[in-house]
Amino acid sequence: MTTSTKGAARVPAVLVLEDGRIFRGRAYGAVGETFGEAVFSTGMTGYQETLTDPSYDRQIVVATAPQIGNTGWNDEDDESSRIWVSGYVVRDPARVPSNWRAKRSLDDELERQGVVGISGVDTRALTRHLRERGSMRAGVFSGEAIAPDAELLERVQAQPHMKGASLYEEVATKEAYVVPAVGEKKFTVAAVDLGIKGMTPHRMAERGIEVHVLPATATADEIYAVDPDGVFFSNGPGDPATADGPVALMTAVLERRTPLFGICFGNQILGRALGFGTYKLKYGHRGINQPVQDRTTGKVEVTAHNHGFAVDAPLDKVSETKFGRAEVSHVCLNDDVVEGLQLLDQPAFSVQYHPEAAAGPHDAAYLFDRFVSLMEGQRA
Amino acid sequence: MPKRTDIQSVLVIGSGPIVIGQAAEFDYSGTQACRVLRAEGLRVILVNSNPATIMTDPEIADATYVEPITPEFVEKIIAKERPDALLPTLGGQTALNTAISLHENGVLEKYGVELIGAKPEAIHKGEDRDLFKGVVEEVRRKTGHGESARSVICHSMDDVLKGVETLGGYPVVVRPSFTMGGAGSGFAHDEDELRRIAGQGLTLSPTTEVLLEESILGWKEYELELMRDKHDNVVVVCSIENFDPMGVHTGDSITVAPSMTLTDREYQILRDIGIAVIREVGVDTGGCNIQFAVNPVDGRVIVIEMNPRVSRSSALASKATGFPIAKIAAKLAVGYTLDEIPNDITQETPASFEPTLDYVVVKAPRFAFEKFPSADSTLTTTMKSVGEAMAIGRNFPEAFQKALRSLEKKGSQFTFVGDPGDKDALLREAVRPTDGRINTVMQAIRAGATPEEVFEYTKIDPWFVDQLFLIKEIADELAGAPELTGELLAEAKRHGFSDQQVAEIRGLREDVVREVRHALGIRPVYKTVDTCAAEFAAKTPYFYSSYDEETEVARREKPAVIILGSGPNRIGQGIEFDYSCVHASFALSDAGYETVMVNCNPETVSTDYDTSDRLYFEPLTLEDVLEIVHAEQQAGPVAGVIVQLGGQTPLGLSQALKDNGVPIVGTSPEAIHAAEDRGAFGQVLAEAGLPAPKHGTATTFAGAKAIADEIGYPVLVRPSYVLGGRGMEIVYDETRLAAYIAESTEISPSRPVLVDRFLDDAIEIDVDALYDGEELYLGGVMEHIEEAGIHSGDSACALPPITLGGFDIKRLRASTEAIAKGVGVRGLINIQFAMAGDILYVLEANPRASRTVPFTSKATAVPLAKAAARISLGATVAELRAEGLLPANGDGGELPLDAPISVKEAVMPWSRFRDIHGRGVDTVLGPEMRSTGEVMGIDSVFGTAYAKSQAGAYGPLPTKGRAFISVANRDKRSMIFPARELVAHGFELLATSGTAEVLKRNGIHATVVRKQSEGTGPNGERTIVQLIHDGEVDLIVNTPYGTGGRLDGYDIRTAAVARSVPCLTTVQALAAAVQGIDALNHGDVGVRSLQEHAEHLTAARD
Repeated sequence: MTTSTKGAARVPAVLVLEDGRIFRGRAYGAVGETFGEAVFSTGMTGYQETLTDPSYDRQIVVATAPQIGNTGWNDEDDESSRIWVSGYVVRDPARVPSNWRAKRSLDDELERQGVVGISGVDTRALTRHLRERGSMRAGVFSGEAIAPDAELLERVQAQPHMKGASLYEEVATKEAYVVPAVGEKKFTVAAVDLGIKGMTPHRMAERGIEVHVLPATATADEIYAVDPDGVFFSNGPGDPATADGPVALMTAVLERRTPLFGICFGNQILGRALGFGTYKLKYGHRGINQPVQDRTTGKVEVTAHNHGFAVDAPLDKVSETKFGRAEVSHVCLNDDVVEGLQLLDQPAFSVQYHPEAAAGPHDAAYLFDRFVSLMEGQRA
Repeated sequence: MPKRTDIQSVLVIGSGPIVIGQAAEFDYSGTQACRVLRAEGLRVILVNSNPATIMTDPEIADATYVEPITPEFVEKIIAKERPDALLPTLGGQTALNTAISLHENGVLEKYGVELIGAKPEAIHKGEDRDLFKGVVEEVRRKTGHGESARSVICHSMDDVLKGVETLGGYPVVVRPSFTMGGAGSGFAHDEDELRRIAGQGLTLSPTTEVLLEESILGWKEYELELMRDKHDNVVVVCSIENFDPMGVHTGDSITVAPSMTLTDREYQILRDIGIAVIREVGVDTGGCNIQFAVNPVDGRVIVIEMNPRVSRSSALASKATGFPIAKIAAKLAVGYTLDEIPNDITQETPASFEPTLDYVVVKAPRFAFEKFPSADSTLTTTMKSVGEAMAIGRNFPEAFQKALRSLEKKGSQFTFVGDPGDKDALLREAVRPTDGRINTVMQAIRAGATPEEVFEYTKIDPWFVDQLFLIKEIADELAGAPELTGELLAEAKRHGFSDQQVAEIRGLREDVVREVRHALGIRPVYKTVDTCAAEFAAKTPYFYSSYDEETEVARREKPAVIILGSGPNRIGQGIEFDYSCVHASFALSDAGYETVMVNCNPETVSTDYDTSDRLYFEPLTLEDVLEIVHAEQQAGPVAGVIVQLGGQTPLGLSQALKDNGVPIVGTSPEAIHAAEDRGAFGQVLAEAGLPAPKHGTATTFAGAKAIADEIGYPVLVRPSYVLGGRGMEIVYDETRLAAYIAESTEISPSRPVLVDRFLDDAIEIDVDALYDGEELYLGGVMEHIEEAGIHSGDSACALPPITLGGFDIKRLRASTEAIAKGVGVRGLINIQFAMAGDILYVLEANPRASRTVPFTSKATAVPLAKAAARISLGATVAELRAEGLLPANGDGGELPLDAPISVKEAVMPWSRFRDIHGRGVDTVLGPEMRSTGEVMGIDSVFGTAYAKSQAGAYGPLPTKGRAFISVANRDKRSMIFPARELVAHGFELLATSGTAEVLKRNGIHATVVRKQSEGTGPNGERTIVQLIHDGEVDLIVNTPYGTGGRLDGYDIRTAAVARSVPCLTTVQALAAAVQGIDALNHGDVGVRSLQEHAEHLTAARD
């Protein structure tokens, strides 16, 4: 085990940031090299869900929680078919997992899936650096991949930026599939997969929705071929400014006034479809403790976030769009970032955060009920 | 939605004296709440009988009542102050119960006082077991999760046997219904045990009923701290996981935050249940904690209980996360919502979020079983610890090892040298949870136990077990390495090893290891507790150390003063010392210094990040303090370190700190030595011409015997350098002296035993004074109620002294000044005198803040600790008088004649402890301190003040009824007058035959009752113990009979504790009580705030 205290097993590893800051530690998971955007995630639980969340594609995730891997890896909590993060940075990995559902250790799973990680890093110093300087490109190198620092830095700086990256196609399903409703089927929803998390169709299915998950490249015809009561646009990785295809697709759905719900990337698509801009946050929101206020009720919910981009929409007024009036329905109380949009003249809304909450608190689950209400309203 | 405008004044109830299970954390909570409410412009009225609290400082509330927290007294305060609202959720169970009584007896309605924070219905739902079961069922219906432990009610052995099947097999818990104090309950692991326990239970139960409950012993235990506002916004502030599985009270468990062994799905289930519970119970605004048991096999969740108020756990959670629960609870109670309250630490984000930690917090309990040798040391669901230490690290081993060394107790740190012993024996021993079980587990690991074996015997979660193995493997590496390399040392430090542990393993001296470490450049960095894992910049310098890369200590310009706190509370070193440290911080901040607090006790006000400019939450060991001093010296100028306010803990470090070049301000380490070393102190006394009781020091029995023979028995023996009378004993004969020397582990050639002549019948006097090198300020003179020989911490006392005259005070002042000068004090000194006949003996001097400083300060309305801190840094008494910190003229020795009388009474923890047979422990006072806390009664005359102190400590003195008297022969004379007085007040006297005879000869009638040893009489006459148990005795006077006879009264005194009957164990206390009863029976006892007393006193001084 790389984390063993036996001297011989301590394989050195190094994390290189594009601005030249370097952290040294030990190899964790697979030994080798990897590149991506370094981002930090502040959740204290839910590493399995985080690692398998497609929105983390091409990102090296820094866990601020210092003890990682304690509950091992089980067969139920994956949010997709594989680990998507390009690298994992932790401080103190568990040596043995302890949980009645655990099937193997996190370390073994990272290695099995070829995910290069690094442990023993001052993750707090790294987080503070990213907070002050912003998320940036990085590389993790271990074992034989280690080379002189300057050489490694050069390779990091040669990597593409996250801004301008189009990634949703690389993580989305290639084939359509159906998640059946739990119990009696009440609605059909077409869900456009831009990097959908497994819990999202599950939350819909729990409410009697049959979910047809469609590839990111689906056409409007393909959407309407399933005769949906509502259309859903999922979360996903990358820069929404590159998502012209999904924006056009959503525009087609809005034109038909079909009830629409978007999460995360889906929220940014709605923003762009309505004519708002999107921008990259300095270091993003990634965690499961973010206070979001539902401006329609004034209530605060503690929510799960994973977004590096956000919608630029006015907080203080109703905007006129080509689909009628739109307003910011949810806002993050930490920094006033737009966390939700809704149309006032037709049934469409979206949130920037994760009401499916895997990992994270269930406070925002009511949004799925809101989607159901929209679909009910449309039928009536 | 801003705060409510219909509330202009709030009554806050504190938690009273420190007792086991209700300690300094409520001072921390209450102080925060009072400050917040005042800042909101409300008039804050406070009642708390505990003078050692910061919350009862006159500047914290508008009107501070140091009065008993009983419904009667609180009603008087309500009638006088007419508050709009009562906030009962910040003063523990005491405040909650008092508020409920006032609600139920109609007082709140009568005066139009609104209960805020929690409504009576919510309190009942949370606290009543049956109602709470209903809550849990409803929560399960809504969330699909959570249940109560399964149980069946049985009325026969057949029911019982069937019940076991219903519950799914052994083990089961048997609880007989309606028995006192849970008598007859127990665990049954098989049918034999079940038949025995349940059979006995069915017999014991007046309704022939036992409750059979499934056992959740060994399950994982968790706790969530939640807050809810009036808009139904709910946040979980912190999750806490118990290292010790179910079966040990959470207050006695090692606990860890955040939870370490739950996946997100399982954690969210607990969160969902927690939120549903707080809603279902109906806690409108404020905090609550909820405890869960989780089956490690399948994750089944049982909701154990909830507290609809702030608690010890919420104080811990506040310190662990930086989210100040009590402060926010107070704001929510007056109408704010969570999103309207800013997060103090980031200042930019709101409080409506859930803190996330990038470190690990470990809390470890501190016990005092050595004070109660007969008590059963098995940890159970009844809390027995007296304090706790918390430590923060960047991983579990670091935090854990720091917590263990923070306990500051011999053997609390892991040791990796020597023979660990027999593996199987160690594992068997580890089954029983005790103080120090963790060390047994570590030795078992060293002896070759496997992780599976450790889990099997202890049920400690395998992840935690592996962390113990990790620690042990690093110790092995340290031991086995040919050379102590930088890499190896860094690895050890990263896992929390102290220099001392490394030294022990490598066979080096601690200072050598430190030198090597520094030479290798291995030093800790300091990280910030910021609620958000560095997502936002922290504005509050709340630090902990870690062996990591980057430090966050910022540069500063102003000179810093580092104040060393007192560490975990223990008997003899409690909240009083924290009080002095906090005062020093306030005073020095006002004087322009940057204040830096170092402490590891999560219960205290000193570890509130608001108290000092910088807070280091760190162990108080030489190594940890030296590193902090180094870090602060890197950050800017350091004016010095204050060691004299935190009790023996920092005092013990002073010489070593100085030797390491650390500037100690105030009394020098050499002066401290002069007071603590018998020889040096004897010199001081001799030079000043002051008498001390005859004494000597010895390191062997022969030496001790020679001294005792010379000065004559009884003698007082004790180890040197101890606090709280640890190991102190009055020895009446040679046999016992031999046994004492043999038993004492504290005696060594460098730590001799002190043998003093014991002054029988002397009056003991305590003096607190300030000395600046030129001028003495006599802070106060306290006259003990109990005679010399009873530890001053356990003795009641009065200030001003009630029987000393001007001449005595003059002598005391002269002696105090001579000693302060001779020792070389710069700051506070506490001296204990004994007046025997006409001779004033010096018993001991402590050149530091004493336990009585807060009491003296409150009784005389002068902030002694603040003045001491200033004197330490060079101010003179004259300057402080000019500034107004000290009175312009006069001092605590010459109070005006009509100054109020303050009485301090000690509170003892008897009811918490039982011996292994389940019987109570004896309650006799002695030279070893055993009280956990104190109360103050203040009034214009002694009798009323004493009556108040009793009401505050133990419940009101009876004003009529039956008094039982049984005293030792030597006390029989002094008993006559008080006994006569009792009769005059209408008491019926009961006495054992010997005492009754003496009374009769003096013309006082007493009914003879049977001794316990005589048994029930031929016609069913009950013994005194039976009478007490039957609730037919209202007052007990029982003084122990000299040496061997101490056991005679044992049954009487333990029965008194069991039935909460006032029990006086000295004739002096009886005399005082009679004065109190007299005061209660004559006219109305009033209430007066400290501010009113101070105004009165100040006016009288001018």
